[in-house]
Amino acid sequence: MTEAVTRRAAMLGAGATAGSLLFAGSGAKAQGKPSELRVGITTFLSGSASVFGVPAKQAAELLFEELNKAGGIGGVPVRPIFVDEAPGTDHLVGEFRRLVQNEGVQLIFASISSGSCLACTPLSDEMKKTTILWDCGTQRIFEEGQHPYAFRTQGYGTPEVLAPLLYLLKHKPDFRTLAVINQDYAWGRDSWELWKSAMDVLKPGVRVVAEMFPRFGATDYSTEVTRLLAARPDVILSTSWGGDLVTLLRQSAERRLFDRSTFVLPVCEPSLPTLGRTMAAGHIIGTRGDHWNNHPSPKDPARLKRFVDAYRAKYNEYPIYPCHHMAQAISATQAAYAKAIAAKGGGWPNDAELAAAFRGLTFDTPTSSITLREDGQGLEDQIVGISSFNTQYPFAVPKDMILFPAAMVSTPVGRKSVDWLKSLTPDFLNQIPAPIAG
Amino acid sequence: MTDWFADNSLLFGLALLDGLANAALIFMVAVGLNLVFGVLRIVNVAHGSLFAIGAYTAASIGMFFAARGLPPWTGYVALVLAAVAIGAVLGPLIERLLLRRIYGHEDVLQLLVTFALFMILEDVQKLVWGVQPVSQDAPLKFLGTVDIPFGEDVIPFTAYQLFVIPGVAVVTLLGLAWFLRRTLTGRVIVAVTTDKEAATAMGIDAARITLLTFSFGAGLAALGGALASPTLALVPGIGAQTIVLSFAVVATAGLGQIEGAALTALLIGLGRSIAVYFAPEFEVVVPYLIMVAVLLVRPQGLFGVIETRRV
Repeated sequence: MTEAVTRRAAMLGAGATAGSLLFAGSGAKAQGKPSELRVGITTFLSGSASVFGVPAKQAAELLFEELNKAGGIGGVPVRPIFVDEAPGTDHLVGEFRRLVQNEGVQLIFASISSGSCLACTPLSDEMKKTTILWDCGTQRIFEEGQHPYAFRTQGYGTPEVLAPLLYLLKHKPDFRTLAVINQDYAWGRDSWELWKSAMDVLKPGVRVVAEMFPRFGATDYSTEVTRLLAARPDVILSTSWGGDLVTLLRQSAERRLFDRSTFVLPVCEPSLPTLGRTMAAGHIIGTRGDHWNNHPSPKDPARLKRFVDAYRAKYNEYPIYPCHHMAQAISATQAAYAKAIAAKGGGWPNDAELAAAFRGLTFDTPTSSITLREDGQGLEDQIVGISSFNTQYPFAVPKDMILFPAAMVSTPVGRKSVDWLKSLTPDFLNQIPAPIAG
Repeated sequence: MTDWFADNSLLFGLALLDGLANAALIFMVAVGLNLVFGVLRIVNVAHGSLFAIGAYTAASIGMFFAARGLPPWTGYVALVLAAVAIGAVLGPLIERLLLRRIYGHEDVLQLLVTFALFMILEDVQKLVWGVQPVSQDAPLKFLGTVDIPFGEDVIPFTAYQLFVIPGVAVVTLLGLAWFLRRTLTGRVIVAVTTDKEAATAMGIDAARITLLTFSFGAGLAALGGALASPTLALVPGIGAQTIVLSFAVVATAGLGQIEGAALTALLIGLGRSIAVYFAPEFEVVVPYLIMVAVLLVRPQGLFGVIETRRV
């Protein structure tokens, strides 16, 4: 059957469509309880960063499955919709819009890459859609703008770099020379700027004997290792991760570089299971937070054990920090919905009400509690330690751990990280806590 | 200036050793790509995937041997087995099922088909080996390290890096040159490379030669991956990283030129190593600076020949 469409009918149709879109985007419409809660999740499902993205996706699937078995959120089952970050930010921006407009997601978890987060956060403002920055670390997001619908449920670059530096200054205060070898992209460069800004004021006079930024995804570090062997720095900093870090450390181990210099590796925890006994003892290791699987005094030991055991049982590997960051994003979502539903007397929150519930929210993780500041940034403690081996794990885990309170190592609201780090004085070192047991 | 060179002569020596090993690995991957282009006239974007699958397969076989308590030297057997398996199984499969359908078609179609194959093989790697880094370093550890004097100090190098990788590359180069010039099959391959139409008219089975050459090229890519596998962590994406550099080598060498690939790999390997010591900011761009410099002077590549085009 074919019917001619009159101009009047077309105008009425267009008007009705525009009106419905306007209301849908306003966030002010009264919300009924949906049949399912759709969560868009952007993560790396391909490429070299899938070493983080796929385990995080697995963690999300595991946790949402458990959550749905227990009745979902507010009685509503949750359905995650995953999107691959790997094709780049232009593609991701289109996917963000598709998730909101076509898939009708109620909130979005975005992303691993800082570049992805920088692209998605303005969209959260524009589309008034709550966006959880579940893993990216760039300090620029909340320091360079205000984003009423964006929240980061974990720490970020500044505390993740400052805490290992403070640990080094406590553990090996007499070092005189340092070399850096980071991946040649935003995190590699930014993390070095953060480190150097703080190091220059907390321990002036350290000589930087090599600054190397090999290509992201480099498959051979033998030349860099030779140069480091020849330069003999007291300390080698590397914020690299994934296959790049594993290759660097394996080649370093084989050529006895671990015997000559102390490594500081703020992001090495995910690589430790792969490295096994190849990783040397006695070097400074971090995990972008406090969620070590051997945390000596987690807030909820049973919950931590349950999560680690369930993940291992299902995927035959230990959860790494992106899994914990995903778990934090899910915990925050549960807590925010509970808060918003309670505030509405049992009603289902709209977009604005959900975002309001996230602001200032405190939620529990297996290891601690995280509070989202007024700027949207989460305050996550940092634990740094010395690599060591025990009978429980077939890979290196930290000992002599120091727990750095988030408030101590995070940039105060309203300040820029580099400016704040440059304003620190050596007295700051007096605030370093004593090691915790373990 | 002379003083500067004198002061840094020891570092130049180290850079030379690193550069040789680096060049050997680059050559092993690029030479297969070069050979395939020379005969099939197809720019095979999936060549990097063959490198990656060769590396993963070698690591898997090595781990299988280690798990059964076989002696560490069998790690070297694993490297060869992986290359042979890829060359003998995956190579013919790809050539027969896919490439044979696009010979003589426009370049863009060939690029699209081999790129699609690259994407499929990338996903196959993830399905089979997952996304977490895979490593197997028994061949590296088996030979231990060699201490190279550096003033009053010593710098440990792995014997694998100093001797095995360059050694295999030299044997491959000499073996290929001998094979292509001294054996009947090699000469037939050269004939098909030079003029496929005339060779076919002379009674040469060009279809058999293309199958053989592609399988051989696939085996070389896999051998490059297998050789590299003990020194690196295998993760998704290593194929893509490899193919970009290989294309730079092939373009600089001249398409289809074996000796050109060796010389270019040497230039790039040494250039990158020297850059790491004295201008690390340029390490990433050195291969492409060399490529641009060569192509400005010789657009057909270092060893390429100018071809007349039929119109």
